[in-house]
Amino acid sequence: MQTFTQRLANPTQFMRLSARLLPWVAGLAAAIIAYGLYLAFFVAPPDYLQGEIARIMFVHVPSAWIAMAGYALIAVSAFGLFVFRHPLADVSAKAAAPIGAAFTFLALFTGSLWGKPAWGTYWVWDARLTSVLILFFLYLGLIALRSSIDDETLASKLTAILALVGIVMLPIIKFSVDWGNTLHQPSSVLKLSGPTIHSSILTPLLVIGAGFLVLFVAMHLKAMRNEILRRRVKALQLAEVARAASQVVAPAE
Amino acid sequence: MSGFFTLVGRDLRLAVRQGGALGTALGFYLVVVAMLPLGLGADLKLLSRIAPGILWIALLLSALLSLGRVFESDYEDGSLDVLTTGPLPLELVTAAKALAHWISTSVPLALLAPVLGILLNLELVAYPALVATMIIGTPAVSFLGAIGAALTLTARRGGLLIALLVLPLYVPTLIFGIAAISAMLGPDDVAPPLLILTAISLGAIVLGPLAAAAALRTQMQ
Amino acid sequence: MDLGPNASFIWTAYGMVAFVIVGLITWLVLDGREQQRRLADFEARGVKRRAGPEAVTARSEN
Repeated sequence: MQTFTQRLANPTQFMRLSARLLPWVAGLAAAIIAYGLYLAFFVAPPDYLQGEIARIMFVHVPSAWIAMAGYALIAVSAFGLFVFRHPLADVSAKAAAPIGAAFTFLALFTGSLWGKPAWGTYWVWDARLTSVLILFFLYLGLIALRSSIDDETLASKLTAILALVGIVMLPIIKFSVDWGNTLHQPSSVLKLSGPTIHSSILTPLLVIGAGFLVLFVAMHLKAMRNEILRRRVKALQLAEVARAASQVVAPAE
Repeated sequence: MSGFFTLVGRDLRLAVRQGGALGTALGFYLVVVAMLPLGLGADLKLLSRIAPGILWIALLLSALLSLGRVFESDYEDGSLDVLTTGPLPLELVTAAKALAHWISTSVPLALLAPVLGILLNLELVAYPALVATMIIGTPAVSFLGAIGAALTLTARRGGLLIALLVLPLYVPTLIFGIAAISAMLGPDDVAPPLLILTAISLGAIVLGPLAAAAALRTQMQ
Repeated sequence: MDLGPNASFIWTAYGMVAFVIVGLITWLVLDGREQQRRLADFEARGVKRRAGPEAVTARSEN
C-alpha cells in the first residue's frame, strides 16, 4: 500500500501524472485570471479615496501572496528533503525559486507604481515593502548559492539548509522591520488599508489571487518536469562519457 | 567541554599569530567610515545624527570581510576533516569557531567604533551605549555569519556569495542595534530594544552552529 | 475605459505583470522543448542509462 506522496516519489509516475494534469491546471489558471481581470476592470468601482489607481492592488496583492507562498513551498520542500528524503523535494525547491523570485519582483514593481500616485514617491521604507524586498534578497541568495555549486546533490542540501535558515529568520526580520518602522515613521500617509474592504473590491482580489495560485501551480509543475528531464539528460551524458571511456580502454586489452 | 575551549584557544592563538586579518578588518572599518563623510558632505549635524547607523553598517561589512576565513584555512590544510571525525560534536566545533571569530574580530571592531565616532562627531554620551549595543548585538553577526561561511565553503565565488546570503539575516540586529542606541540617547525606554537585541543574539548562538554544522557535514562527506 | 489621470501607472503595472508572466511561460516552454530535444537526440544515438528511471533524481546519485 503506497501513499499518494510515495507514489509521486517515482519520477516516472510524476511525469505521467503531471503530463495529464498540466493542460487542465494551466487552462483553469487562464480562465480564473481572465474572470478576475473582468471583475477588476468592469465590476469593481474605483476606490473612493484613491480612485482608479487602487486597481493596481488587484495584481499587487496577489503577487505578494504568491511571493510568500513560493518561499513557504521551498521551505517545505527543504524539510521534505531532510526529513522524508523525498526524491522530488529538491526538484520542487529548485523549480519554485525563479518563479517565486519573479512574483516577488512583480509585487515590488507594482507596489512602487502604486506608491507614486498614492504616496507621492516610488519607494517608501514602509514595513511591508521592506520585508518583501528582503524576501527578494533571500530568493536571490538561494538562486545564487545553487548556481555556484556544481555538484547537484551538494547544491540541493546546502540550498535546503539556507531555505530553512531563511524561514526561521523571516518572522524575526518581519517583526524587526515593523518595529523599526513604527519607531522612525509614524504612519500618516502610509496607512494603506484605510476603511474595511468592500466586497466589490475584495471579490476580484480573491479571484485573481486564486488564479495566480493556480498559475503558480501550473508553472511549478512545468518547471519540475523540465528539471526532471534536465537531470535525465545529465545522467545520459555521464553514461555516454563512461561508455566512451571504456571503449577507449577496451582495444588495448 | 574542554575540547571546545581548546578549540577556541587554538583559533584565537592562530588569529593573534597571523595578525594580519584583524588588522585588515580594522583598517577596512576605518577606511569605510572615513570615506562616508567625503561622500555625504561634511555637515557635522547630519553626521552626528546618522553616526550610529554608519558605524553599525560599516561594522557589519568589516565583520563580513573576515567571515570567509572562519572555516577556509582549516578546510585547506585538512584540519576540518580531523575536526569532523573527531570526538567533539560538529555543532560545538562550529560554535567554537564562531565564538573565536566574535572575540578576535567583532569585539575589536566594537571597541574601535567609539574612536571612529569622533570622526563622525557622535555625541560623547552615546559612546557607552554604542559599545554596549555592539557587544550585545555582534554575537549574532559572528554566529549567523558562520552559516554563510559554512554554506559557501566549497562554492565558486564564495566571498561575494557570503555577503548576499548573510546580509539579509543581519537586518534584525541592525534595526534593534540602532533602536537601542537612539533609545538610550532619547526619551524612549531602553529595555525593549536591548532585550530583543539580546534575544536575537542568543537565538543566533543556537541557530548558527546547528545550520553551519549541517552545511559542513554535507560538504565533508 | 477611463482610468483617470493615473492611467499610465495602472497600464505599466499590468503590462509588467503580463510581460513577466508571459516571459516565464515562454522560458518554461522553450526549456522543456530543449530538454526533450536533447533526450530525443540521445535516444536516436542509442545511449541508455545503466539504471532505471529512478536514477534521475539527485538522491540516487549518492
